[in-house]
Amino acid sequence: MTAVSIAGVSKVFNAGRPDEVTALSDVDLTVDSGQFVSLIGPSGCGKSTLLRLVADLIDPTSGTVTVAGKPAAQARRDQEYGIAFQQAGLFEWRTVRRNVELPLELRKLPRAARKEKAEEMLALVGLADFAGHYPAQLSGGMQQRVAIARALAVHPPLLLMDEPFGALDEMTRERLQGELLQICAKTGTSTVFVTHSISEAVFLSDKVVVMSARPGRITATIDIDLPGRDEAARQSPAYFEHVTAVRKALRA
Amino acid sequence: MKYVRSILPPVLVGVLAIALWELIVTAGRIAPFILPAPSAIWAQLVEQRDNVVDAALASGANALVGLIGGTVVAVLAALATSRSKLLSDVAVPYAAVVNALPIIALAPILNNMFDSTSSLPRRVVAGIIAFFPVFINTLRGLREVDPTHRELMASYAAGSWTFARLVRLPGALPYVFTGLRQASSLAVIAAVVAEYFGGLQDGLGARITSAAAFTAYPRAWAFVVGACALGLVFYLTTLLLERLATPWKHL
Ligand SMILES: Nc1ncnc2c1ncn2[C@@H]1O[C@H](COP(=O)(O)OP(=O)(O)OP(=O)(O)O)[C@@H](O)[C@H]1O
Ligand SMILES: [Mg+2]
Repeated sequence: MTAVSIAGVSKVFNAGRPDEVTALSDVDLTVDSGQFVSLIGPSGCGKSTLLRLVADLIDPTSGTVTVAGKPAAQARRDQEYGIAFQQAGLFEWRTVRRNVELPLELRKLPRAARKEKAEEMLALVGLADFAGHYPAQLSGGMQQRVAIARALAVHPPLLLMDEPFGALDEMTRERLQGELLQICAKTGTSTVFVTHSISEAVFLSDKVVVMSARPGRITATIDIDLPGRDEAARQSPAYFEHVTAVRKALRA
Repeated sequence: MKYVRSILPPVLVGVLAIALWELIVTAGRIAPFILPAPSAIWAQLVEQRDNVVDAALASGANALVGLIGGTVVAVLAALATSRSKLLSDVAVPYAAVVNALPIIALAPILNNMFDSTSSLPRRVVAGIIAFFPVFINTLRGLREVDPTHRELMASYAAGSWTFARLVRLPGALPYVFTGLRQASSLAVIAAVVAEYFGGLQDGLGARITSAAAFTAYPRAWAFVVGACALGLVFYLTTLLLERLATPWKHL
Protein backbone atom coordinates (compact mmCIF):
# COMPACT_ATOMS: atom_id res chain seq x y z
CA MET A 1 0.00 0.00 0.00
CA THR A 2 1.35 3.44 -0.83
CA ALA A 3 0.46 6.39 1.37
CA VAL A 4 1.46 9.05 -1.15
CA SER A 5 2.21 8.72 -4.81
CA ILE A 6 3.37 11.74 -6.80
CA ALA A 7 3.81 11.23 -10.53
CA GLY A 8 5.24 13.73 -13.01
CA VAL A 9 4.18 16.73 -10.92
CA SER A 10 5.14 20.27 -11.89
CA LYS A 11 3.98 23.48 -10.28
CA VAL A 12 4.23 26.89 -11.91
CA PHE A 13 3.07 29.91 -9.92
CA ASN A 14 1.72 32.99 -11.72
CA ALA A 15 2.00 31.30 -15.13
CA GLY A 16 2.28 33.75 -18.03
CA ARG A 17 3.00 36.73 -15.79
CA PRO A 18 6.36 38.47 -15.39
CA ASP A 19 6.67 37.00 -11.90
CA GLU A 20 6.24 33.43 -13.12
CA VAL A 21 8.02 30.88 -10.87
CA THR A 22 8.55 27.21 -11.63
CA ALA A 23 8.46 25.93 -8.07
CA LEU A 24 8.54 22.22 -8.96
CA SER A 25 9.50 20.47 -12.14
CA ASP A 26 8.70 16.84 -12.96
CA VAL A 27 8.67 15.41 -9.46
CA ASP A 28 8.09 11.70 -8.82
CA LEU A 29 7.89 10.42 -5.25
CA THR A 30 6.36 7.47 -3.46
CA VAL A 31 5.81 7.18 0.28
CA ASP A 32 4.97 3.67 1.38
CA SER A 33 2.50 3.07 4.12
CA GLY A 34 4.14 3.56 7.51
CA GLN A 35 7.24 5.08 5.94
CA PHE A 36 8.96 8.19 7.27
CA VAL A 37 10.20 10.37 4.41
CA SER A 38 12.13 13.63 4.84
CA LEU A 39 12.44 16.39 2.27
CA ILE A 40 15.64 18.40 2.47
CA GLY A 41 17.00 21.09 0.19
CA PRO A 42 17.97 24.75 -0.03
CA SER A 43 15.48 27.47 0.86
CA GLY A 44 13.01 28.09 -1.95
CA CYS A 45 13.46 24.70 -3.63
CA GLY A 46 9.77 23.88 -3.30
CA LYS A 47 9.53 21.70 -0.17
CA SER A 48 6.54 23.54 1.24
CA THR A 49 4.98 23.61 -2.20
CA LEU A 50 5.32 19.84 -2.48
CA LEU A 51 3.69 19.40 0.92
CA ARG A 52 0.82 21.69 -0.09
CA LEU A 53 0.28 19.65 -3.24
CA VAL A 54 0.00 16.46 -1.18
CA ALA A 55 -2.42 18.27 1.15
CA ASP A 56 -4.47 19.44 -1.86
CA LEU A 57 -4.15 23.06 -0.72
CA ILE A 58 -2.89 23.96 -4.21
CA ASP A 59 -3.34 22.16 -7.53
CA PRO A 60 -0.45 20.83 -9.59
CA THR A 61 0.14 22.47 -12.97
CA SER A 62 0.67 18.99 -14.37
CA GLY A 63 0.95 15.46 -13.04
CA THR A 64 -1.06 13.59 -10.44
CA VAL A 65 -1.01 13.37 -6.65
CA THR A 66 -2.54 10.29 -5.05
CA VAL A 67 -3.01 9.99 -1.29
CA ALA A 68 -4.20 6.75 0.34
CA GLY A 69 -5.07 5.44 -3.10
CA LYS A 70 -7.38 8.37 -3.90
CA PRO A 71 -6.95 11.68 -5.72
CA ALA A 72 -5.53 14.27 -3.29
CA ALA A 73 -8.77 16.28 -3.27
CA GLN A 74 -10.79 13.26 -2.18
CA ALA A 75 -8.19 12.37 0.46
CA ARG A 76 -8.45 15.87 1.90
CA ARG A 77 -12.23 15.65 2.09
CA ASP A 78 -11.86 12.26 3.79
CA GLN A 79 -9.43 13.77 6.33
CA GLU A 80 -6.68 11.31 5.43
CA TYR A 81 -3.89 13.54 6.72
CA GLY A 82 -2.91 15.93 9.50
CA ILE A 83 -0.67 18.89 8.81
CA ALA A 84 1.65 21.16 10.78
CA PHE A 85 2.68 24.24 8.83
CA GLN A 86 5.94 26.14 8.81
CA GLN A 87 4.08 28.90 10.72
CA ALA A 88 2.39 27.64 13.88
CA GLY A 89 -0.93 29.14 12.74
CA LEU A 90 -2.60 29.00 16.15
CA PHE A 91 -5.90 30.76 16.72
CA GLU A 92 -5.04 33.62 19.08
CA TRP A 93 -8.59 33.73 20.50
CA ARG A 94 -8.46 30.11 21.64
CA THR A 95 -6.53 28.88 24.63
CA VAL A 96 -3.73 26.40 23.98
CA ARG A 97 -5.96 23.47 24.93
CA ARG A 98 -8.83 24.64 22.72
CA ASN A 99 -6.40 25.07 19.82
CA VAL A 100 -5.43 21.42 20.11
CA GLU A 101 -9.10 20.50 20.46
CA LEU A 102 -10.14 22.20 17.24
CA PRO A 103 -9.63 19.27 14.83
CA LEU A 104 -11.34 16.98 17.36
CA GLU A 105 -14.22 19.43 17.60
CA LEU A 106 -14.64 19.29 13.83
CA ARG A 107 -14.75 15.51 14.06
CA LYS A 108 -17.56 15.84 16.58
CA LEU A 109 -15.73 14.21 19.46
CA PRO A 110 -17.59 14.66 22.79
CA ARG A 111 -16.29 17.45 24.99
CA ALA A 112 -14.77 15.26 27.70
CA ALA A 113 -12.93 13.05 25.20
CA ARG A 114 -11.61 16.16 23.44
CA LYS A 115 -10.28 17.62 26.64
CA GLU A 116 -8.61 14.38 27.65
CA LYS A 117 -6.99 13.90 24.24
CA ALA A 118 -5.79 17.52 24.10
CA GLU A 119 -4.26 17.28 27.54
CA GLU A 120 -2.51 14.05 26.62
CA MET A 121 -1.02 15.64 23.48
CA LEU A 122 0.05 18.74 25.40
CA ALA A 123 1.79 16.60 28.00
CA LEU A 124 3.57 14.83 25.15
CA VAL A 125 5.03 18.10 23.82
CA GLY A 126 5.82 19.25 27.36
CA LEU A 127 3.19 21.98 27.61
CA ALA A 128 0.77 20.44 30.12
CA ASP A 129 1.09 23.50 32.35
CA PHE A 130 0.18 25.91 29.58
CA ALA A 131 -3.20 24.45 28.57
CA GLY A 132 -5.07 27.52 29.80
CA HIS A 133 -2.73 30.11 28.28
CA TYR A 134 -3.37 32.04 25.10
CA PRO A 135 -0.91 31.65 22.18
CA ALA A 136 0.28 35.25 22.62
CA GLN A 137 1.64 34.21 26.02
CA LEU A 138 3.91 31.52 24.52
CA SER A 139 7.32 31.70 22.87
CA GLY A 140 7.69 30.84 19.18
CA GLY A 141 9.00 27.37 19.94
CA MET A 142 6.17 26.69 22.37
CA GLN A 143 3.62 27.77 19.77
CA GLN A 144 5.25 25.42 17.28
CA ARG A 145 4.89 22.57 19.79
CA VAL A 146 1.18 23.35 20.23
CA ALA A 147 0.80 23.14 16.45
CA ILE A 148 2.51 19.73 16.53
CA ALA A 149 0.17 18.57 19.31
CA ARG A 150 -2.78 19.77 17.23
CA ALA A 151 -1.61 17.83 14.17
CA LEU A 152 -1.01 14.67 16.20
CA ALA A 153 -4.24 14.84 18.19
CA VAL A 154 -6.41 13.16 15.53
CA HIS A 155 -3.91 10.35 14.82
CA PRO A 156 -4.08 10.86 11.07
CA PRO A 157 -2.90 7.99 8.85
CA LEU A 158 -0.61 10.48 7.09
CA LEU A 159 1.30 13.25 8.82
CA LEU A 160 2.62 16.24 6.86
CA MET A 161 5.08 18.39 8.80
CA ASP A 162 6.85 21.50 7.53
CA GLU A 163 9.96 22.23 9.61
CA PRO A 164 8.06 21.52 12.82
CA PHE A 165 11.14 21.58 15.03
CA GLY A 166 12.78 24.58 13.36
CA ALA A 167 12.25 26.94 16.30
CA LEU A 168 13.25 24.50 19.06
CA ASP A 169 16.40 24.15 21.12
CA GLU A 170 18.56 21.07 20.58
CA MET A 171 17.39 19.20 23.70
CA THR A 172 13.67 19.71 23.11
CA ARG A 173 14.16 18.92 19.46
CA GLU A 174 15.82 15.57 20.21
CA ARG A 175 13.18 14.65 22.76
CA LEU A 176 10.36 15.45 20.33
CA GLN A 177 12.11 13.53 17.55
CA GLY A 178 12.00 10.47 19.81
CA GLU A 179 8.34 11.04 20.70
CA LEU A 180 7.40 11.51 17.06
CA LEU A 181 9.12 8.29 16.02
CA GLN A 182 7.37 6.41 18.79
CA ILE A 183 3.94 7.71 17.82
CA CYS A 184 4.52 6.97 14.15
CA ALA A 185 5.73 3.45 14.91
CA LYS A 186 2.91 2.74 17.36
CA THR A 187 0.11 3.97 15.09
CA GLY A 188 1.67 3.01 11.75
CA THR A 189 1.54 6.63 10.61
CA SER A 190 3.18 7.56 7.31
CA THR A 191 5.06 10.86 7.48
CA VAL A 192 6.35 13.47 5.07
CA PHE A 193 8.70 15.71 7.02
CA VAL A 194 10.40 18.87 5.78
CA THR A 195 13.64 19.86 7.48
CA HIS A 196 16.82 21.87 6.97
CA SER A 197 18.80 19.66 9.31
CA ILE A 198 20.73 16.79 7.73
CA SER A 199 21.17 14.97 11.03
CA GLU A 200 17.49 15.27 11.86
CA ALA A 201 16.52 13.92 8.43
CA VAL A 202 18.88 10.95 8.77
CA PHE A 203 17.85 10.12 12.33
CA LEU A 204 14.12 10.20 11.64
CA SER A 205 13.74 8.84 8.14
CA ASP A 206 13.44 5.65 6.21
CA LYS A 207 14.13 7.72 3.13
CA VAL A 208 15.67 11.17 2.64
CA VAL A 209 14.67 13.05 -0.50
CA VAL A 210 17.19 15.67 -1.56
CA MET A 211 15.92 18.58 -3.65
CA SER A 212 17.57 21.38 -5.58
CA ALA A 213 16.27 24.84 -6.48
CA ARG A 214 15.34 26.64 -9.69
CA PRO A 215 13.53 24.68 -10.83
CA GLY A 216 12.69 22.56 -7.79
CA ARG A 217 13.61 18.97 -8.55
CA ILE A 218 14.42 15.79 -6.69
CA THR A 219 18.15 15.21 -7.21
CA ALA A 220 18.68 12.19 -4.97
CA THR A 221 16.76 9.71 -2.88
CA ILE A 222 18.75 8.11 -0.09
CA ASP A 223 17.43 5.08 1.76
CA ILE A 224 18.38 5.17 5.41
CA ASP A 225 19.05 1.97 7.27
CA LEU A 226 19.98 2.46 10.90
CA PRO A 227 20.33 -0.30 13.50
CA GLY A 228 17.83 1.44 15.78
CA ARG A 229 16.42 4.88 16.60
CA ASP A 230 17.85 5.52 20.03
CA GLU A 231 20.75 7.53 21.41
CA ALA A 232 23.16 4.78 20.36
CA ALA A 233 21.99 5.16 16.75
CA ARG A 234 23.07 8.81 16.79
CA GLN A 235 26.63 7.63 17.48
CA SER A 236 26.69 4.67 15.08
CA PRO A 237 28.99 4.55 12.03
CA ALA A 238 25.97 3.87 9.79
CA TYR A 239 24.44 7.16 10.97
CA PHE A 240 27.56 9.16 10.08
CA GLU A 241 27.83 7.45 6.69
CA HIS A 242 24.25 8.46 5.86
CA VAL A 243 24.86 12.02 7.06
CA THR A 244 27.85 12.22 4.75
CA ALA A 245 25.87 10.77 1.86
CA VAL A 246 23.07 13.33 2.28
CA ARG A 247 25.56 16.18 2.60
CA LYS A 248 27.27 15.10 -0.63
CA ALA A 249 23.94 14.88 -2.41
CA LEU A 250 23.04 18.39 -1.23
CA ARG A 251 26.37 19.78 -2.52
CA ALA A 252 26.07 18.11 -5.91
CA MET B 1 -3.28 50.35 44.11
CA LYS B 2 -2.71 50.31 40.36
CA TYR B 3 -6.32 51.39 39.87
CA VAL B 4 -5.99 54.20 42.37
CA ARG B 5 -2.89 55.46 40.62
CA SER B 6 -4.50 55.42 37.17
CA ILE B 7 -7.81 56.93 38.31
CA LEU B 8 -6.51 59.52 40.76
CA PRO B 9 -4.88 61.99 38.31
CA PRO B 10 -7.92 62.44 36.00
CA VAL B 11 -10.26 62.73 39.00
CA LEU B 12 -7.99 65.33 40.57
CA VAL B 13 -7.85 67.33 37.33
CA GLY B 14 -11.64 67.12 37.03
CA VAL B 15 -12.22 68.39 40.56
CA LEU B 16 -9.74 71.23 40.02
CA ALA B 17 -11.39 72.18 36.73
CA ILE B 18 -14.83 72.35 38.36
CA ALA B 19 -13.45 74.44 41.23
CA LEU B 20 -11.81 76.80 38.74
CA TRP B 21 -15.05 77.03 36.73
CA GLU B 22 -16.99 77.93 39.91
CA LEU B 23 -14.40 80.55 40.80
CA ILE B 24 -14.36 82.19 37.38
CA VAL B 25 -18.16 82.30 37.08
CA THR B 26 -18.75 83.78 40.54
CA ALA B 27 -15.72 86.11 40.62
CA GLY B 28 -16.19 87.22 37.00
CA ARG B 29 -19.96 87.70 37.34
CA ILE B 30 -20.57 85.78 34.13
CA ALA B 31 -24.24 85.76 33.12
CA PRO B 32 -25.91 82.36 33.64
CA PHE B 33 -27.11 82.24 29.99
CA ILE B 34 -23.47 82.21 28.95
CA LEU B 35 -22.22 79.80 31.58
CA PRO B 36 -23.95 78.88 34.84
CA ALA B 37 -21.87 77.98 37.87
CA PRO B 38 -21.38 74.29 38.67
CA SER B 39 -23.11 74.85 42.00
CA ALA B 40 -26.23 76.18 40.19
CA ILE B 41 -26.21 73.22 37.80
CA TRP B 42 -25.80 70.85 40.72
CA ALA B 43 -28.73 72.46 42.54
CA GLN B 44 -30.90 71.94 39.45
CA LEU B 45 -29.66 68.39 39.06
CA VAL B 46 -30.76 67.61 42.62
CA GLU B 47 -34.09 69.38 42.21
CA GLN B 48 -34.85 67.78 38.84
CA ARG B 49 -33.33 64.39 39.57
CA ASP B 50 -36.52 62.41 38.85
CA ASN B 51 -37.01 64.23 35.54
CA VAL B 52 -33.37 63.79 34.59
CA VAL B 53 -33.51 60.08 35.33
CA ASP B 54 -36.80 59.60 33.44
CA ALA B 55 -35.55 61.53 30.42
CA ALA B 56 -32.22 59.67 30.50
CA LEU B 57 -34.03 56.33 30.64
CA ALA B 58 -36.18 57.31 27.65
CA SER B 59 -33.16 58.48 25.62
CA GLY B 60 -31.12 55.53 26.83
CA ALA B 61 -33.78 53.09 25.63
CA ASN B 62 -33.84 54.77 22.21
CA ALA B 63 -30.05 54.71 21.95
CA LEU B 64 -29.87 51.09 23.10
CA VAL B 65 -32.51 49.82 20.68
CA GLY B 66 -30.86 51.75 17.85
CA LEU B 67 -27.40 50.54 18.81
CA ILE B 68 -28.38 46.88 19.06
CA GLY B 69 -30.46 46.98 15.87
CA GLY B 70 -27.78 48.85 13.93
CA THR B 71 -25.04 46.51 15.19
CA VAL B 72 -26.91 43.30 14.37
CA VAL B 73 -27.74 44.53 10.87
CA ALA B 74 -24.17 45.80 10.40
CA VAL B 75 -22.56 42.48 11.38
CA LEU B 76 -24.93 40.49 9.15
CA ALA B 77 -24.39 42.92 6.28
CA ALA B 78 -20.61 42.70 6.75
CA LEU B 79 -20.78 38.90 6.74
CA ALA B 80 -22.79 38.90 3.53
CA THR B 81 -20.61 41.57 1.88
CA SER B 82 -17.35 39.86 2.81
CA ARG B 83 -18.33 36.77 0.85
CA SER B 84 -17.65 38.63 -2.38
CA LYS B 85 -14.37 40.42 -2.91
CA LEU B 86 -15.86 42.72 -5.54
CA LEU B 87 -18.80 43.65 -3.33
CA SER B 88 -16.60 44.46 -0.33
CA ASP B 89 -14.14 46.44 -2.47
CA VAL B 90 -17.08 48.59 -3.60
CA ALA B 91 -18.88 48.71 -0.23
CA VAL B 92 -15.96 49.94 1.88
CA PRO B 93 -15.44 53.39 0.24
CA TYR B 94 -19.20 53.99 -0.02
CA ALA B 95 -19.75 53.11 3.63
CA ALA B 96 -16.84 55.35 4.61
CA VAL B 97 -18.33 58.28 2.70
CA VAL B 98 -21.85 57.76 4.09
CA ASN B 99 -20.36 57.43 7.57
CA ALA B 100 -18.86 60.90 7.17
CA LEU B 101 -22.23 62.46 6.25
CA PRO B 102 -24.34 64.19 8.93
CA ILE B 103 -26.92 61.42 9.08
CA ILE B 104 -28.59 63.17 12.01
CA ALA B 105 -30.02 65.57 9.41
CA LEU B 106 -32.40 62.77 8.48
CA ALA B 107 -34.16 63.16 11.83
CA PRO B 108 -36.80 65.73 10.76
CA ILE B 109 -37.64 63.69 7.67
CA LEU B 110 -38.04 60.53 9.71
CA ASN B 111 -40.07 62.40 12.33
CA ASN B 112 -42.54 63.38 9.65
CA MET B 113 -42.68 59.86 8.25
CA PHE B 114 -44.00 58.47 11.53
CA ASP B 115 -46.66 59.60 13.91
CA SER B 116 -45.56 62.07 16.56
CA THR B 117 -46.16 59.60 19.42
CA SER B 118 -43.76 57.06 17.94
CA SER B 119 -40.31 56.40 19.39
CA LEU B 120 -39.28 54.82 16.12
CA PRO B 121 -37.74 57.84 14.29
CA ARG B 122 -35.13 58.46 17.03
CA ARG B 123 -34.33 54.76 17.20
CA VAL B 124 -33.97 54.52 13.44
CA VAL B 125 -31.61 57.50 13.36
CA ALA B 126 -29.53 56.01 16.18
CA GLY B 127 -29.54 52.67 14.35
CA ILE B 128 -28.40 54.13 11.03
CA ILE B 129 -25.66 56.11 12.73
CA ALA B 130 -24.49 53.05 14.70
CA PHE B 131 -24.55 50.89 11.57
CA PHE B 132 -21.64 52.43 9.69
CA PRO B 133 -18.73 52.26 12.13
CA VAL B 134 -19.68 48.69 13.04
CA PHE B 135 -20.11 47.69 9.41
CA ILE B 136 -16.82 49.20 8.23
CA ASN B 137 -14.76 47.78 11.06
CA THR B 138 -16.37 44.33 11.00
CA LEU B 139 -15.88 44.06 7.27
CA ARG B 140 -12.22 44.97 7.67
CA GLY B 141 -11.86 42.26 10.33
CA LEU B 142 -13.67 39.64 8.27
CA ARG B 143 -11.43 40.28 5.30
CA GLU B 144 -8.23 39.87 7.27
CA VAL B 145 -7.82 36.13 7.59
CA ASP B 146 -4.40 34.64 8.27
CA PRO B 147 -3.52 32.53 5.19
CA THR B 148 -2.28 29.72 7.46
CA HIS B 149 -5.71 29.64 9.15
CA ARG B 150 -7.32 29.43 5.73
CA GLU B 151 -5.11 26.50 4.74
CA LEU B 152 -5.58 24.76 8.07
CA MET B 153 -9.36 24.91 7.78
CA ALA B 154 -9.10 23.68 4.19
CA SER B 155 -7.06 20.73 5.45
CA TYR B 156 -9.94 19.96 7.84
CA ALA B 157 -12.31 20.13 4.85
CA ALA B 158 -14.35 22.71 6.81
CA GLY B 159 -17.32 24.24 5.00
CA SER B 160 -17.81 27.97 4.58
CA TRP B 161 -20.20 28.30 7.54
CA THR B 162 -17.82 26.41 9.85
CA PHE B 163 -15.03 28.63 8.59
CA ALA B 164 -17.04 31.77 9.28
CA ARG B 165 -18.09 30.59 12.74
CA LEU B 166 -14.71 29.31 13.92
CA VAL B 167 -12.27 31.62 12.16
CA ARG B 168 -13.69 34.72 10.55
CA LEU B 169 -16.14 35.80 13.23
CA PRO B 170 -13.85 35.33 16.25
CA GLY B 171 -11.03 36.94 14.28
CA ALA B 172 -13.28 39.91 13.51
CA LEU B 173 -14.56 40.29 17.08
CA PRO B 174 -11.91 42.84 18.16
CA TYR B 175 -12.80 44.87 15.06
CA VAL B 176 -16.53 44.64 15.86
CA PHE B 177 -15.76 46.19 19.24
CA THR B 178 -13.65 48.96 17.71
CA GLY B 179 -16.74 49.85 15.69
CA LEU B 180 -19.04 49.38 18.65
CA ARG B 181 -17.03 51.77 20.80
CA GLN B 182 -17.55 54.54 18.25
CA ALA B 183 -21.16 53.48 17.65
CA SER B 184 -22.13 53.50 21.34
CA SER B 185 -21.27 57.18 21.80
CA LEU B 186 -22.77 58.11 18.44
CA ALA B 187 -26.03 56.30 19.24
CA VAL B 188 -26.48 58.32 22.44
CA ILE B 189 -25.74 61.58 20.65
CA ALA B 190 -28.20 60.62 17.90
CA ALA B 191 -30.96 59.66 20.33
CA VAL B 192 -30.61 62.96 22.23
CA VAL B 193 -30.11 65.31 19.30
CA ALA B 194 -32.89 63.74 17.17
CA GLU B 195 -35.41 65.25 19.60
CA TYR B 196 -34.22 68.76 18.75
CA PHE B 197 -36.04 68.26 15.46
CA GLY B 198 -39.47 67.36 16.85
CA GLY B 199 -41.10 63.97 17.20
CA LEU B 200 -41.98 62.46 20.57
CA GLN B 201 -40.62 64.75 23.33
CA ASP B 202 -39.86 62.57 26.33
CA GLY B 203 -36.07 62.36 26.30
CA LEU B 204 -33.06 64.47 27.28
CA GLY B 205 -32.98 66.39 23.99
CA ALA B 206 -36.51 67.72 24.43
CA ARG B 207 -35.79 68.67 28.07
CA ILE B 208 -32.67 70.58 27.07
CA THR B 209 -34.45 72.56 24.33
CA SER B 210 -37.49 73.37 26.46
CA ALA B 211 -35.39 74.50 29.46
CA ALA B 212 -33.31 76.67 27.15
CA ALA B 213 -36.47 78.10 25.58
CA PHE B 214 -37.63 79.11 29.08
CA THR B 215 -34.17 80.65 29.71
CA ALA B 216 -33.74 78.17 32.56
CA TYR B 217 -30.09 77.70 31.70
CA PRO B 218 -28.89 75.87 34.82
CA ARG B 219 -31.76 73.42 34.28
CA ALA B 220 -30.80 72.94 30.62
CA TRP B 221 -27.25 72.26 31.79
CA ALA B 222 -28.49 69.75 34.36
CA PHE B 223 -30.00 67.73 31.50
CA VAL B 224 -26.79 68.13 29.49
CA VAL B 225 -24.97 66.58 32.45
CA GLY B 226 -27.52 63.75 32.29
CA ALA B 227 -26.71 63.26 28.60
CA CYS B 228 -22.97 63.16 29.35
CA ALA B 229 -23.54 60.57 32.06
CA LEU B 230 -25.66 58.49 29.68
CA GLY B 231 -22.96 58.59 26.99
CA LEU B 232 -20.36 57.57 29.57
CA VAL B 233 -22.49 54.64 30.76
CA PHE B 234 -22.82 53.39 27.16
CA TYR B 235 -19.13 53.77 26.47
CA LEU B 236 -17.99 52.08 29.67
CA THR B 237 -20.46 49.23 29.19
CA THR B 238 -19.04 48.66 25.72
CA LEU B 239 -15.51 48.64 27.12
CA LEU B 240 -16.55 46.11 29.75
CA LEU B 241 -18.25 43.87 27.18
CA GLU B 242 -15.15 44.10 25.01
CA ARG B 243 -12.97 42.90 27.87
CA LEU B 244 -15.31 40.01 28.59
CA ALA B 245 -15.69 39.00 24.93
CA THR B 246 -12.05 39.28 23.83
CA PRO B 247 -9.98 38.12 26.82
CA TRP B 248 -7.02 37.22 24.58
CA LYS B 249 -6.58 40.90 23.72
CA HIS B 250 -6.19 41.90 27.35
CA LEU B 251 -3.59 39.57 28.79
N1 LIG C 1 1.72 31.22 -3.42
C1 LIG C 1 2.84 31.43 -4.15
N2 LIG C 1 2.82 32.30 -5.16
C2 LIG C 1 3.93 32.52 -5.90
N3 LIG C 1 5.09 31.90 -5.72
C3 LIG C 1 5.18 31.01 -4.72
C4 LIG C 1 4.05 30.73 -3.87
N4 LIG C 1 4.43 29.81 -2.97
C5 LIG C 1 5.71 29.52 -3.22
N5 LIG C 1 6.17 30.24 -4.28
C6 LIG C 1 7.54 30.16 -4.86
O1 LIG C 1 7.85 28.81 -5.04
C7 LIG C 1 9.20 28.55 -4.68
C8 LIG C 1 9.24 27.44 -3.67
O2 LIG C 1 8.68 27.90 -2.45
P1 LIG C 1 8.52 26.97 -1.18
O3 LIG C 1 7.79 27.75 -0.14
O4 LIG C 1 7.95 25.68 -1.58
O5 LIG C 1 10.05 26.78 -0.75
P2 LIG C 1 10.66 25.94 0.45
O6 LIG C 1 11.51 24.88 -0.14
O7 LIG C 1 9.59 25.52 1.38
O8 LIG C 1 11.59 27.02 1.14
P3 LIG C 1 11.95 27.23 2.69
O9 LIG C 1 12.94 26.19 3.04
O10 LIG C 1 12.56 28.59 2.73
O11 LIG C 1 10.68 27.12 3.46
C9 LIG C 1 9.77 29.87 -4.19
O12 LIG C 1 10.55 30.43 -5.24
C10 LIG C 1 8.56 30.73 -3.92
O13 LIG C 1 8.85 32.06 -4.24
MG1 LIG D 1 9.00 26.05 3.27
